[in-house]
Amino acid sequence: MTTPAVTASSVSKSFAVKGGSVSALEGIDLEVAAGEFVSLIGPSGCGKSTLLRLIADLDQPTSGTVTVFGKTARQARIDQNYGIAFQQAGLLAWRTVGQNIELPLELHRVAKPTRRARVAELLDLVGLTDFADRYPEQLSGGMQQRVAIARSLAESPELLLMDEPFGALDEMTRERMQNELVRIKHETGAAVVFVTHSIPEAVFLSDRVVVMSPRPGRIQEVVPVRLGATGERDENLREATNFFSTVRAVREALHGVPVAESAARGVDIR
Amino acid sequence: MRSLRARAIVAPAAFGIAVLVLWQLAVVVFNIQPFVLPSPVNIGVQFAQDLPIVWDGMIITGTNALIGFVLGALAAVVAAALAASLRFFDQLTQPIVTVAGVIPIIALAPVLYTMFGAGAETSRQVVAAIAVFVPVYLNTLRGLRQVKPVHRDLMRAYAASRWQATRTVTLPGALPFVFTGLRIASSLAVISALISEDFGGPIDGLAPSISSAAAYSNYTLAYAFVLGAILLGLTFYIVTLALEKLATRHSPLPNERPVVRT
Ligand SMILES: Nc1ncnc2c1ncn2[C@@H]1O[C@H](COP(=O)(O)OP(=O)(O)OP(=O)(O)O)[C@@H](O)[C@H]1O
Ligand SMILES: [Mg+2]
Repeated sequence: MTTPAVTASSVSKSFAVKGGSVSALEGIDLEVAAGEFVSLIGPSGCGKSTLLRLIADLDQPTSGTVTVFGKTARQARIDQNYGIAFQQAGLLAWRTVGQNIELPLELHRVAKPTRRARVAELLDLVGLTDFADRYPEQLSGGMQQRVAIARSLAESPELLLMDEPFGALDEMTRERMQNELVRIKHETGAAVVFVTHSIPEAVFLSDRVVVMSPRPGRIQEVVPVRLGATGERDENLREATNFFSTVRAVREALHGVPVAESAARGVDIR
Repeated sequence: MRSLRARAIVAPAAFGIAVLVLWQLAVVVFNIQPFVLPSPVNIGVQFAQDLPIVWDGMIITGTNALIGFVLGALAAVVAAALAASLRFFDQLTQPIVTVAGVIPIIALAPVLYTMFGAGAETSRQVVAAIAVFVPVYLNTLRGLRQVKPVHRDLMRAYAASRWQATRTVTLPGALPFVFTGLRIASSLAVISALISEDFGGPIDGLAPSISSAAAYSNYTLAYAFVLGAILLGLTFYIVTLALEKLATRHSPLPNERPVVRT
């Protein structure tokens, strides 16, 4: 058996605030296999971003352990085993789109010609070739988010951490990016931890959907998606009946009660 | 957009011209004497006639202001960089800068003249440098400290070294703040250089020239020197403003107000 991409065992995280502490996560046990696509879904404030930050070693758990490819999260970060796209695009305003995508390659001293070629590839992937020399301020929110996604893919990481990457996109671009992500995942064999507020998006993309509940953030239920390998999914799947039954299963897990068939179709839990 | 910008220039310019015309009319109609208020036309003529001596004064005052500006700004940027990275240095300098920000630096001029000798321009440059130091230091320090959390996370996620993070995120992010500080400081440099001339030292420069022209009852010439001082101040301001615009071209404007005083 190969080493899992991510393991979280009994992970809790609380933040010190004025006059006490808030518990953001409690007793999280989660394993993401290498090459597996796992979505985190749950109401606002249930700790999805916090969990992602712990995996990325941008924060440390209060108790419990997080390992990434069998190493400590810290070592995995130092070894650059993951790529990350934040909830806010977080682009550097003084760099062009191309230079923003190039940033990780530049920081890790990739040779200039290689960098150029890779940036061109990524620009094409996110459909921003014509905007390579523009500055982030000249882009729409969705376009900025696409730049951030391209940047997270720059070094073809074995683990992708994505925090609502498609939140700011229009429905059409969103579906296109979802299809692209399925393709990228298939080609690179990367494991993905994906935060979203959209149930159909989670079901379309994932091997498993982790449903979380708030205050304190816990894992409510893990819904397996049995729709065939994620790499083979395509547009037709969005219309399939078992797609909708999985959407409904996730929705029921979120609300803790059975819901009517009609209500299960195309829902955003925001 | 363009018409808005045009209006931003045209409106004040039209207002300025209207004021000048009214001023000229008032002087002519009410037969105001030059020792009370010379007319703008007379000031202009005098300015043109005596351009060489006004220009000499502008060069002397301007050079003092410029030297003070450059030295003060350089010292301020270096000190702010140290304060941003060394906690003890920050604690050390904070009270000093606070004090420097609230005392009238000009009051130092007489003491400095005895220190550097009354024949030297040094004290004027030092006064300008100290006046420049404060806003540049405060704004630069604020700029260096305002790294966005998401950018800090990004650098950490890329396991960037401290120097890489400084070079790619901290410094470019601080640049607009530095230039805002420089713009505020530019006027202070001219004003400090000018006023410190009145506290002693060599009798060249614009301020002594204004005083002596007035003392010889040549009021129009005095105003011509005043005009020179105004032009000097404007030049400093416009140049630094242009630099600021250039530096903030691609940055969201610093959302916090610039620091003028502590
Ligand atoms: N740095 C922090 N300091 C204090 N509390 C924090 C901090 N970061 C997160 N929290 C708290 O932890 C909880 C979880 O936050 P988190 O950002 O992980 O939620 P989320 O599930 O990502 O929400 P959303 O869907 O709105 O992005 C929230 O109650 C939040 O207030
Ligand atoms: Mg979040």
